[in-house]
Amino acid sequence: MNFKNIRFQNKKIRNLIPQFITVAILLSTIIYFVTNAQINMGNRGIAFGFGFLKQEASFDITFSLIDYDGSYSYARAFLVGLLNTILVSVIGIFFATLLGVIIGVSRLSDNYLIAKVAEWYVEIFRNIPLILQIFFWYFAALRALPLPNEAINFYDISFLTVKGFYVPKFIWTNFNIFLISIICAIIAIYFFNNYSRKQREQFGKQLPTTSISLLIFLIFPLLSFTLFGVTLSFEYPVLKQLSPTIFTFDGGLNIIPELIALALSLSMYTATFIAENVRAGILGVSKGQKEAAASIGLNKNQILKLVVMPQALRIIIPPTTNQYLNLTKNSSLAAAIAYPDIVLVFAGTALMQTGRAIEIISITMLTYLTLSVSISIFMNWYNKKMAIKEK
Amino acid sequence: MNILKPSKHNIKTYLPAGIIFILLGFLDVTMNSFFKVNLVAFFPGIISYFFPLIIGFIGLYLIRLEYSGIRNLDILNKNINSNNFNAILSLLTLFIIIKSISPLINWFFLDANFIGNSKEDCTGDGACWVFIKVWFRRLIYGMYPDPEQWRINTAFLLLFTLVGITFFAPAKFKKYFILFLIFIYPFIGIKLIGGGNFGLTYVETAAWGGLSLTFIISAFAIIFCFPIGVFLALGRRSDLPAIKYISIGFIELWRGVPLITVLFMASVMFPMFLPDGTFIDKLIRVLFAITMFEAAYMAEVVRGGLQALPKGQYEAARSLGMGYWRMNFLIILPQALKLVIPGIANTLLALVKDTPLIFVVGLMELAGMIRLAKTNPKWLGMAMEGYVFAGLVFWIICYAMSRYSQNLEKKLSTER
Repeated sequence: MNFKNIRFQNKKIRNLIPQFITVAILLSTIIYFVTNAQINMGNRGIAFGFGFLKQEASFDITFSLIDYDGSYSYARAFLVGLLNTILVSVIGIFFATLLGVIIGVSRLSDNYLIAKVAEWYVEIFRNIPLILQIFFWYFAALRALPLPNEAINFYDISFLTVKGFYVPKFIWTNFNIFLISIICAIIAIYFFNNYSRKQREQFGKQLPTTSISLLIFLIFPLLSFTLFGVTLSFEYPVLKQLSPTIFTFDGGLNIIPELIALALSLSMYTATFIAENVRAGILGVSKGQKEAAASIGLNKNQILKLVVMPQALRIIIPPTTNQYLNLTKNSSLAAAIAYPDIVLVFAGTALMQTGRAIEIISITMLTYLTLSVSISIFMNWYNKKMAIKEK
Repeated sequence: MNILKPSKHNIKTYLPAGIIFILLGFLDVTMNSFFKVNLVAFFPGIISYFFPLIIGFIGLYLIRLEYSGIRNLDILNKNINSNNFNAILSLLTLFIIIKSISPLINWFFLDANFIGNSKEDCTGDGACWVFIKVWFRRLIYGMYPDPEQWRINTAFLLLFTLVGITFFAPAKFKKYFILFLIFIYPFIGIKLIGGGNFGLTYVETAAWGGLSLTFIISAFAIIFCFPIGVFLALGRRSDLPAIKYISIGFIELWRGVPLITVLFMASVMFPMFLPDGTFIDKLIRVLFAITMFEAAYMAEVVRGGLQALPKGQYEAARSLGMGYWRMNFLIILPQALKLVIPGIANTLLALVKDTPLIFVVGLMELAGMIRLAKTNPKWLGMAMEGYVFAGLVFWIICYAMSRYSQNLEKKLSTER
């Protein structure tokens, strides 16, 4: 058929044809895949469905934030994996931001040496695949740590060994009341800040906002300790001899080496990208702004805090959001060193046991999609809040 | 205090004194770290520990001057010695570097073992490079049979020669060489490595591995993900709602999930979607997954470039009577792609750095081979050497790529 001879006079019809073809191709592919999947599953005698989630999982997980053992269901195992993923992502995001900001600012330092060292940090850690860094920390660096009986001792309360980092465990009574007191403190600080802003805008009064907020934040939990019976005690790890040569630590909280290696490499790797964002953001604030601020008599710290940073943050936040998302997704590399995250627990062990590839992989992917979307929604909200409010 | 402050008048006496102080500090640190000799052991512990810092600081203080007229001194003061805080930071940085250089050199070279064939030959405390030497062929070629390895070499040699010829070819023929490289060469290369006919024995893809597999996967994924990404980006900015939303959905789906789950999908879920008995090679499934994954990222980068172009460019192209495709390929894309070279380079870099993930489906490139080699009973405890080597190799590749992209950006920049 010669397309040149056909004249589509009507633009609407002309536009419909490619759309129709695309949709048709997509639909037929989906239908083809679904029918194949049905036939395949029929052959193997498994029916599509999520009923297996209620079955007993009967496998153990080495590290869990909530109660779990083999007698719990697959759904519970999924939850354990999800919480572990969130845990390592949150730790990673915190340290990556801290390190990233320090290095990003260092790259702009007047001091030639500091700037160079920061630059080489970025060049080195950005250009090595994350998975290799994880392997390096887990299989090479952390394996060189001493055995429990020769542990590196931090003031007799925490111990670094090849089996992990043993730290004191917090033992709470009435933890709920403590949490409520913290929430109350945050609400009180929010209202106080609103009030002080109004005072400033209407009457020009300056209230010591920071110190009063801090005071509130200290007093509320203290009250909960003294009046409402909240207590906190620590359980310290103690060296225990299992046999003449084998030692271990009893009690306390063990941060497993998998978690350390993963959090360390995730934050060191992501910090390089965040550092570049921070640098670009600070450089993106025009020189005139700094000069104007200096000319009205602000000192160097005030310029950074009041003039440069608020403007730089607007440039920094959107790409940094992307980095947070990447970090969350990269935490799935945990599977490579057997940190029990959602991929290892659910898409690994559970899939192997049940053989329900389609259901499990879709749940895993949907979970990551939800995590990604929720982080990006939160960051969009924050971004809007920070954006220039034009009148 | 004013007498102690360096000024233009007393700099002639203060400069040598300051230099002597600084040199003393460096001498102490160097002796400490390289020869394990503590020159100032007669001081009490903590002072002896911080001696170089203190004396170096005094030295730097003595030579700090706003303007001395001595060129090198002024440069030094401006860059590392502008105030007390900077002076301490500079000294700390330098001392830490000196302190860490000596164990590194010892581990890498002085205490390391280079000669031998087995783990028993590694007697020093340093690195056991014998491990890398013995496993070198496996690390490069994977499980590819030894007598057939010339095929991989030939394929890559051919590629490099072709790239070289293309680079130096007259501008007239360059286009054809590039088209040949992109559309025809990959299949010649795969046939050469895979074999099966033309008198070459068949080597199954499960035997491919090592660094060569990293290159093969990266090259194929780069070639395919680029055009797919461009089309997805155009689709996302299309006026046709069906195409637009399908593109958005496709891009966001791939970008929202980690590559590792995509690879899981390709290896365990995808076979369920095919008619019973059909078998698609593992390597092809993996390539498809990586390509689609990176194409979604590429699409977002290209979209950034498309959005950055002023509307006038579209209108000008339309007013010349160009259709949609001619407008995009002749006017819009050449400008948009040039704008986003750093983004494209970053995506390709991410692709290369993602290749080690194929271990989840059982394929072993460089990092995977190291994992295999270090679990060999004869070579236990070689993780450090292996991962340092792999890290160095990947670092060189990625650093070279990022440097090249920076040069390309400068070369194509039309701003003066």
